[in-house]
Amino acid sequence: MGVELFSDIASKYNYLGVVILMMIGLYAMIAKNNLVKKIIGMNIFQTAIILFYVSTAAKRGATIPIIRHGHNGHGHEVIHAAEYINPLPHVLMLTAIVVSVATLGVALALAVKVYHQYGTLEEDEIRGQLRNK
Amino acid sequence: MENLSPHFPALIIIVPLIAALLTSAAGWLNRRLCFHFAALGLFTSLLVSTGLLASVLDKDVILYRLGGWPAPWGILYRIDRLNGLVLVVIFFIAFLNLIANKRTVEESFPEQLGGFYALYVLFVTGLSGMVATGDAFNLYVLLEISSLTGYALIGIGHERAPLAGLNYLFMGTIGASLYLLGIGFLYLMTGSLNMTDIASLLPGFYGSPVMVLAFLLCMTGLFIKMALFPLHAWLPNAYSFSPSASIGVIAPLTTKVMIYVMIRMTFDVFTPDFSFKMMHLGEVMVWLAVAAIIMGSLFALAQTRLKRMLTYVIIAEVGYMVGGFWLGNRMAVTGAVLHILNDAVMTLCIFLAAGAVVYQICGDDFEDLKGLFRKMPISMAAFTVAALSLIGVPPTCGFFSKWYLISGGIAAGHYGFVVALLFSSLVNAVLFFRIIEIGYFEPFSEGEGGHGVHHGPPAMEIREAPAGMLACLLLAAVSLIVLGIYTGDIVTRIIDLAIPPAI
Amino acid sequence: MRIIGLLIVIAFGSLLRYGVFFFPEWGDPASPPSLHVSPHYIEEAIAETAVPNLVTAVLADYRGYDTMFETTVIFAAGLACFMLLRVLQRQVPECRLYRHIPTGITLRIEKGGKLPTESGSFERIDSNWVPHDLIIKSTSRFITPFLQIFALYVIAHGHHSPGGGFQGGVILGAAVIMYAISYDLRRSIQRIGEQATAVLGSAGVLIYAGTGALCMVLGAAFLDYGALAGLLGVDPVMARSHGMLIVEIGVGIAVSAVMVWIYYNLSSAGRHDEGL
Repeated sequence: MGVELFSDIASKYNYLGVVILMMIGLYAMIAKNNLVKKIIGMNIFQTAIILFYVSTAAKRGATIPIIRHGHNGHGHEVIHAAEYINPLPHVLMLTAIVVSVATLGVALALAVKVYHQYGTLEEDEIRGQLRNK
Repeated sequence: MENLSPHFPALIIIVPLIAALLTSAAGWLNRRLCFHFAALGLFTSLLVSTGLLASVLDKDVILYRLGGWPAPWGILYRIDRLNGLVLVVIFFIAFLNLIANKRTVEESFPEQLGGFYALYVLFVTGLSGMVATGDAFNLYVLLEISSLTGYALIGIGHERAPLAGLNYLFMGTIGASLYLLGIGFLYLMTGSLNMTDIASLLPGFYGSPVMVLAFLLCMTGLFIKMALFPLHAWLPNAYSFSPSASIGVIAPLTTKVMIYVMIRMTFDVFTPDFSFKMMHLGEVMVWLAVAAIIMGSLFALAQTRLKRMLTYVIIAEVGYMVGGFWLGNRMAVTGAVLHILNDAVMTLCIFLAAGAVVYQICGDDFEDLKGLFRKMPISMAAFTVAALSLIGVPPTCGFFSKWYLISGGIAAGHYGFVVALLFSSLVNAVLFFRIIEIGYFEPFSEGEGGHGVHHGPPAMEIREAPAGMLACLLLAAVSLIVLGIYTGDIVTRIIDLAIPPAI
Repeated sequence: MRIIGLLIVIAFGSLLRYGVFFFPEWGDPASPPSLHVSPHYIEEAIAETAVPNLVTAVLADYRGYDTMFETTVIFAAGLACFMLLRVLQRQVPECRLYRHIPTGITLRIEKGGKLPTESGSFERIDSNWVPHDLIIKSTSRFITPFLQIFALYVIAHGHHSPGGGFQGGVILGAAVIMYAISYDLRRSIQRIGEQATAVLGSAGVLIYAGTGALCMVLGAAFLDYGALAGLLGVDPVMARSHGMLIVEIGVGIAVSAVMVWIYYNLSSAGRHDEGL
């Protein structure tokens, strides 16, 4: 079991890193009191998922997915799938990055609005103000 | 028209998208055009989706290759009877609510008409795309479009709306991210993103714990998005502080579309075999739904404001559909699917009526509703029809879906669910008769010194809502009864054929 | 809340950790993602689309529909920030601050007052102003054109090297934002107004969706750029490559404009008066 666990960690440490990063983000979103810290936590969470996807693209012994000599016209040499890493997760994550940027923008806009309304970004203070009303 | 019909699956999404872009540009160039672009876009899509439903009734399934690429490599749209029906409902509700709230939007956002209508149409685009798509990742992108626009549509309200919007954003982002992670797990194990392709590859991985995790992640993400009971906390505040125009489309559609997506994922991606037989989740889910129904109803009883009370009714209704679906027998699943349709229209009708009331009296405390039947007879009549439907009185459509759900519960021998349904109907009856009683029997509050602090206009000015709003409201109320009358047709011609034979 | 958070995180984390045991090894060339769909992209993309950068080929063509909505997401975020924050009623500021450029002396003019516009030797500064800094202003002025050319290169060369509409668009937007930071928001708005950013944002997405719709009008599926062959005067494979370039330009326009739009609204809390 011990050896198995170790070899598992050695061959999949990237996924473990992703899990740890994801948990850091989730913890910040649940436990932090400051709204901007929560937004940062949200971003860490999303970034962890992006790293997860990009990890799935990796292929040992392969290079970036741009075909060599591709611009000199095509059909000169046979292309083997094993030579280039998987482009699909990169494409998907380009989308996910854009989505996370967009979410960040909207979240910050809402946070600015909240700050103008209550004069603070601490959640307990806001809740206190709402209770006193 | 002839040569465009193969493109219908793409058109239902593209037309509103382009309409939204034009609306937004028109907001800067010629503000009067905004409403027309938005209405035209949604109306075209309504027509196209109706045509699509008509053709899918003979053809079974319509596939559309976006970009011309075949299935696992490109993105595929897949319209079958079930989502054809859901698409019609989406555009019907969005269009009706847009027309009904023309005046409230013009008064609340006079300078930002283009922005508001563009967000509104984009929201609907996102929802309809989610329903139509046959690609698991494309669903995530569209989910985010409808979520982002939804956060904005909620955050522009007053009072606590920005804070509620931010909380909704946090929960919604966690939900969407969990869904994305689930799809990532699926991708890691199967290497595919196309729903049908994943489903065909899946039997090889039935035993794998990664599949179980992927299923749980996707479902948890969707549960957060649909506000199933322990994960519902974002919904009441977000819905009760947002402007009537946005809530009129968000409340009927968001939760219902998420439930449809859950059905789609369990049927078309994870296959019924895996979801029902191998996961052993049914029992847990039905009890969760029972909790949702009971807690939603109890919370609704405790409210003293109309819109807030309705938000808790929505939470209970989510329990109906989730519970019915996970009972897993044909009767109950039929009921759950039928209830998606009925509940969307009921929620539209009741929120339109509440919107009309709020627009006229500028408040929605139960106190403010006194004597409203005399002042706004037509709106309150429509309100009553919607209330009867929510309680489940024939011939309104609410009765029939509840009937299927209860029969399904009895067939499955799950009496907890049956009791919860009956309890919730009873609570709804109490809730709505209380309002109707206040509105009908109690005299109008003018001249009483007891609670003179009204922020609304003086009592004399209150009269019936504007004509456009009333017309849409009446149409919604009539369609509740029409849906009820045609229940048999809808079930035998559409829903029965849409549910996979494995159930 | 902390304890609840910790419990949720530990439970969820160990569940995921358990799942990792059953993952394929990292970088395993025999893992399903490397074997099922992606080999088609790698082996056929250049023959089918004539684009050597596979990420661009998949992004703008095979999954071009996703990318269109990706652009729409950005646009929706711009709209959302505008709707949430923008204050359209003009408020008269408490006071205005001006700097006399030759001497560096600051003038403070109370409520409502303004310097006549023709006094060219004064410039308005923000209320939380920082001392005039020649180095920052000259450097940003010097860098901006290079940044813009680089952005155009990244957009145009996305077919052959890492790059494309999103990356180039962000760089282009960053050039404007850098100008707004190193000078001030008002000057940046004078050059690229809010209306321009908003209209360009929707125009960019419209270029994308319009290209798709054009393919549809020409009889192919939505976004099937092969249909453009007749219009562009090339063979269908090259038409795909050109079609991708057109949509990438649309993406670049939309992204750069919306980035600037979001910055305008966020940095001034929607007043478009004094920025960061």
